Amino acid sequence: MLKAFSSYITYDLLGLDRTPRLADALNFFIYDTIKILLLLTVIIFIVSVIRSYFPPERTKRILSHKREFIGNILAAFLGIVTPFCSCSAVPLFIGFVEAGVPLGVTFSFLISSPMVNEVAVVLLWGLFGWKIAAIYMGTGLLVAIGAGFIIGKLKLEKWVEEYVYQIKTGQGQVAFSQRFSERLQYAKWNTADILKRVWLFVILAIGIGGFIHGYVPQDFLVRYAGNGNPFAVPLAVALGVPLYSNAAGVIPIVYALMEKGLSMGTVLAFMMAVTALSLPEMIILRKVLKIPLLAVFVGIMCVTITAVGYIFNAIL
Amino acid sequence: MDIKVLGPGCANCHTMEQLAKTAVKELGIEAEVEKISEIQEIMKYAMSTPGLVVNGKLKHSGKPLPNIEKVKALIKEEA
Repeated sequence: MLKAFSSYITYDLLGLDRTPRLADALNFFIYDTIKILLLLTVIIFIVSVIRSYFPPERTKRILSHKREFIGNILAAFLGIVTPFCSCSAVPLFIGFVEAGVPLGVTFSFLISSPMVNEVAVVLLWGLFGWKIAAIYMGTGLLVAIGAGFIIGKLKLEKWVEEYVYQIKTGQGQVAFSQRFSERLQYAKWNTADILKRVWLFVILAIGIGGFIHGYVPQDFLVRYAGNGNPFAVPLAVALGVPLYSNAAGVIPIVYALMEKGLSMGTVLAFMMAVTALSLPEMIILRKVLKIPLLAVFVGIMCVTITAVGYIFNAIL
Repeated sequence: MDIKVLGPGCANCHTMEQLAKTAVKELGIEAEVEKISEIQEIMKYAMSTPGLVVNGKLKHSGKPLPNIEKVKALIKEEA
């Protein structure tokens, strides 16, 4: 039906010829835009409803005094559904540590949350197919579990700022109970809010796919970061780390890089590096982590993301 | 009346502060809206920001933000 609708706009309404490239590109563009925006709306709505059952206070209780490994796995999954505002990372970190959530488990949560979320997964699904989306989600969780687990094993508690252990949380445990109708209301609101923030990036990404497709000379980047170069993945990660963007913002770049002929693993590693690590985030985390722990964190993340990139390139 | 908005200072916390100020104005009450961005101070009340504290009592914490009607209702509860 969607296909028919976009053909109608392209060929009948705008009267474009069926053969030329431009018309084809436009048809593809309209179809994909509507498809992905619909997909986003439905999935974000469902996830928002689920999310309303997992406020950070509850997640904290679930993870408190959990054994490592099991705790890391749980934390990575809860990272997907627990809503938190990026600038809450510090209070959240303190709250978790204070409630007895092991350090490594706390990291698994903090890593998975910005990297693996419904917006990233839906956009990858819509643009590159469900397999790529599933692989991204799976490996993203693995990175969060693995990196958190290693940090936990290294026993780095001494490199957390001392004051973190002295803070006592107050009445923050209040549970704000919600009726189901309120949850739906929140989900509606949240879906509109996210769509408002990402639609432009979605259109940009699809535009790149629809119009530049086939025209872009696969030269420069491929020569330096293509399949033949064994350093493509670490290079992509090194470029991605200081950059900051949410999953939606990085998608147009991801699409452009793919069109330029970079391999999937390299591009996904780049995407993970951009969403999971950034300079502003490190500055925020510096408030609770001493430099050595911050360095260990960034180091482990780089290594695991690079490993994931190589594995991708090998199997895809 | 004493109203505190908790948040280290991102877009959401800013919105919350505006909501609180608008609510106070629309309700026509005497209240001081204070922005708390010191982590230690925030943690006394809540873990997830942005937060809304009215007369020392935590009324809202975290995302999603309440709408203006909800904020007014929360303030009125303590008035």
